[in-house]
Amino acid sequence: MKNIIQNINKAFDHRIRLGIMSVLMVNESADFSTLKELLGVTDGNLASHAKALESEAYIIVEKQFIGRKPNTSYIATKEGKKAFQDHIEALEKLISKT
Amino acid sequence: MEENKYLKDIQDIKEMMSKSTQFISLSGLSGILAGGYALVGAVYASFLINTYEYTYITLESKTFKQILCTAFIVLFLSLGTAYYLTVKKANKLGEKVWNTASKRVLINFAIPLVTGGIFALLLVRQQNFVLIAPVTLLFYGLACVNASKYTFRDVRYLGITQIILGLLAVEFTGYGLLLWILGFGIAHILYGSIMYYKYDRK
Repeated sequence: MKNIIQNINKAFDHRIRLGIMSVLMVNESADFSTLKELLGVTDGNLASHAKALESEAYIIVEKQFIGRKPNTSYIATKEGKKAFQDHIEALEKLISKT
Repeated sequence: MEENKYLKDIQDIKEMMSKSTQFISLSGLSGILAGGYALVGAVYASFLINTYEYTYITLESKTFKQILCTAFIVLFLSLGTAYYLTVKKANKLGEKVWNTASKRVLINFAIPLVTGGIFALLLVRQQNFVLIAPVTLLFYGLACVNASKYTFRDVRYLGITQIILGLLAVEFTGYGLLLWILGFGIAHILYGSIMYYKYDRK
């Protein structure tokens, strides 16, 4: 039991961070506005949670200009995908235990 | 309590994964109507062919132009209806019509379809009418299969049905119009109804 709890990743213990990772697991990349729309959150909220995942090196942020408009897109790193996979497996085990 | 939270997390993950990759506002009703237009168009086309039975159909003939015109009217009516009903359904579901998923559906649908369309027009130019029914069925089927990764699974089965009918149309060339009616008319109505009952009636 202790082992499983260890795999529950605190970094994903929030609805928005969980959402960001879920989207990035199945999409090569996602830009800021797409994520915002999918998750239904405010700019500031999304930015701060993305920042948290970035500081764990689970996602990388790419900033570029499309014409004159700045465009931010997010990509999950290898470590991020691995960590999220472990997290999902831990969740599944915890549920099947009960 | 804790377990419920974990279960909710798993459900959220699943929902986000499918929502971000699949376009779910595709309207089943538009499939049924497209099938209906195709049936009316095909009946009209066969009426045209039978009326001028003793004349050859060539590029310059009036019959040919009328048939081509009918085909384009059916195509535009179907696309227009599909667009209108899909926008309506998207508004109801609170999904944006023009999102990453719908763009993927459209581009993956368009590549085989446009290829097939050009192929069919080139066949017309070479007066090779025999292969037009199978080519349109085959490429339309491939377009459905290709786009189905990003929308409902049923679109995949519709595509496979069209491909089988297209191959049959190559083998049994005399039955081109009949197989075309089965593919664009009956199959659309059938799968459109399945999708309508599965997803639209809520």
